[in-house]
Amino acid sequence: MTSQPYALLEAVSLEVHYGGIAAVKGISFAVEEGELVCLIGANGAGKTSTLKALARMIDASGEIHYRQERLDQLPSHALIGRGLALVPEGRGVFARLTVAENLAMGAYHRNDRAEIKHDLDRIYAMLPRLKERAEQVAGTLSGGEQQMLAIGRALMGRPKLLLLDEPSMGLAPLMVEKVFEVIRTVATQGVTILLVEQNARLALHTCTRGYVMESGKITLADTAANLLADPRVRAAYLGE
Amino acid sequence: MDIFLQQIINGLTTGSVYAIVALGYTMVYGVIQLINFAHGEVVMIGAMTAFTVIMAVVGLGLPLPPALIVLLGVLAAVPVCMAIGYTLERVAYRPLRHAPRLAPLITAIGMSIILQHLALLIWGRDPRAFPQIMENASFAIGGAAISTVQIAIILMSVVLMAGLTWFVYRTRFGIAIRATAEDVRVAALMGVDANRVIAATFVIGAGLGAIAGVMVGTYYGIAHYTMGFTLGLKAFSAAVLGGIGNLAGAMLGGIVLGLVEALGTGYIGDLTDLCRWPLVGGMLAERCEADGHAILFGSNYQDVFAFLVLILVLVFRPSGLLGERVSERA
Ligand SMILES: Nc1ncnc2c1ncn2[C@@H]1O[C@H](COP(=O)(O)OP(=O)(O)OP(=O)(O)O)[C@@H](O)[C@H]1O
Ligand SMILES: [Mg+2]
Repeated sequence: MTSQPYALLEAVSLEVHYGGIAAVKGISFAVEEGELVCLIGANGAGKTSTLKALARMIDASGEIHYRQERLDQLPSHALIGRGLALVPEGRGVFARLTVAENLAMGAYHRNDRAEIKHDLDRIYAMLPRLKERAEQVAGTLSGGEQQMLAIGRALMGRPKLLLLDEPSMGLAPLMVEKVFEVIRTVATQGVTILLVEQNARLALHTCTRGYVMESGKITLADTAANLLADPRVRAAYLGE
Repeated sequence: MDIFLQQIINGLTTGSVYAIVALGYTMVYGVIQLINFAHGEVVMIGAMTAFTVIMAVVGLGLPLPPALIVLLGVLAAVPVCMAIGYTLERVAYRPLRHAPRLAPLITAIGMSIILQHLALLIWGRDPRAFPQIMENASFAIGGAAISTVQIAIILMSVVLMAGLTWFVYRTRFGIAIRATAEDVRVAALMGVDANRVIAATFVIGAGLGAIAGVMVGTYYGIAHYTMGFTLGLKAFSAAVLGGIGNLAGAMLGGIVLGLVEALGTGYIGDLTDLCRWPLVGGMLAERCEADGHAILFGSNYQDVFAFLVLILVLVFRPSGLLGERVSERA
C-alpha cells in the first residue's frame, strides 16, 4: 500500500438498527492519530450505539476502518489486540472480581509479564485509590472509584485508541473533575481518544474537535472552540 | 456399631462425589445459564469407559498395583468425557446460544437420552460389575469403619476441589472464566473469546465428571447405562442447594446432600417404625409382637432425600445456601 487513505479510525455510513428502529442513521466521521475528539448529543441521540458498533458489540452496517484494516468483520474480542479499547457506559467493571483482578483482565491479551507489572505500578501511581483497594471486590467501590477502575483497566490493555462512553455519568462534580484530569493525562501520553459525553461544556473544553449527534445523525462537526461559540450548540447543549 | 458416625462417613463419601459432579453443572450454568442435563450421562460414560479399560488391564494379568490399574481407567475416562463435553457444547448448545431458553433445555434432555442409548449400544443393558481389585481394607474409628476406597474418594475430591479453586481464582484463564460469567460482552472487550471460555467450562466439568464416575463405580462396585440419571439429578440438586452458578456452593451442597441422604437413610427405618409410635403402635400390636417392627419407609427410600431437599430449597430458598438472592443478580 502506498498511500494511507483513512484516518486512524474512520466510520463510513455507519448504521445501527434495533429491530425496525434506526438508532444510528448512516453517520461518517474520523479520528486522527493523537486527537482527543468528542461526540456530544442529547439522550437517545445514538452515541452509545455508535461506540458499541465501533467495538463490535452490536451489529451495524457501513464500514469501520481502523489502522487501514476493516473492523466491521472482526469479533469484539479481536479488537483489544489491535489497540482498541472501550470503557462502556455504566463502567462495566466486574463487580465480583477484585480491583486487582479487574486490572489483570485489562491486560488479558498481553503476554509481556514484566511490562504488565510496570503498567500496573504506573496505574496505581496515577490512581492511588485503586492501589489501596486492590484486594477489594469491585462491586463495593464507589461510583467514581469504579469509573477510575474502568479507565485503569482499559489502560492496562495499552490501547492506541480509547473509546470512552460518558465517564462523568452519575459522578459528583469533584469526581468528574478528577476523571477528566485522568483523561487529559492519558491523552498527553499519546493515546488517541474518542469521548462520548452529555456534559457538553466539559467535553468541549477537553477535546480538540467535536461532533454533535442528534437523533442518529451527525449535525455538526467542528473544532471544539468553534462548537463552543456556535449559537446552536450554546442553545441546545450549553444551556445558554 | 455407631450408626451416626458410620452414616457421616458414608455421607461424606457420596457427598464428595455429588460435589464433584455438581461442579460440572454449576460451572456451565455460571457462564451461560444453561442446565446441562446430559452431564449425568457424561459421568456414566466415564464410569463405563474406566470399567472397560480396567477389565482389559486386569485381563492382561500383569502384576500391576491395583491403584495403578484404577488410575489407568481414570486416564482413559477423562479424555473421553472431555471430548464428549466439548462435542456437546459445540454441536448441541452453541448453535442455540441465542435461542429462547427452552430450546437448549430440551436439547439437553435429548442429548441425555442419546448418550444413554449410545452407552446401551456399547455396553449392553446388564449392570457391569466393577472388578474389586482395590484391597478394600477397613479402619475402625470410634465405633465405625472407613474403607480405603472411601478414604481415596474423599481425598481425591478434596484435591480436585482445591485444584479447581486454585485454577479459577489464581490463573489468568480462571479469572477470565469468572469475568465472562459476569459479563460476556465486557469480557470480550478485554480480548476474551467467549466460545473458548464456554467450551472450557464444559471440558473441565466433563473431566471432573469422569473422575466422579470412576469413584462411584469403584465405590458401589457396579456400573450401568442408567446410573447417570439419578446421579445427575442428585448432583444437580446439590448444585441448586449450594446456589447454582456458585463453585463453593456446589462443593458445600454436594457434601450436605450426601450427609442428609446418608443420615436420612440410616434413620428413616427407625423413625417410621410404627411400633415405636405410641398410638399407632397399639393398633398394630399383633404385628409388632410378631415382627418386632412395622417400618413404613425403609432404607430403600434412599433416593427420596435428594429430591426432598431440591423441592424444599426451590420453595424456601431458591438462591441456595451460598447463592446471591436472585434479585441481586443484575
Ligand atoms: N438494546 C436496544 N434495543 C432497542 N433500542 C435500543 C437499544 N439500545 C438503544 N436503543 C435505542 O436507540 C436509541 C439510541 O440509544 P443510545 O443508547 O445509542 O443513545 P445515547 O446517545 O447513548 O443516549 P444517552 O445519552 O442517554 O446514553 C435510543 O432511542 C434507544 O432507545
Ligand atoms: Mg449512551
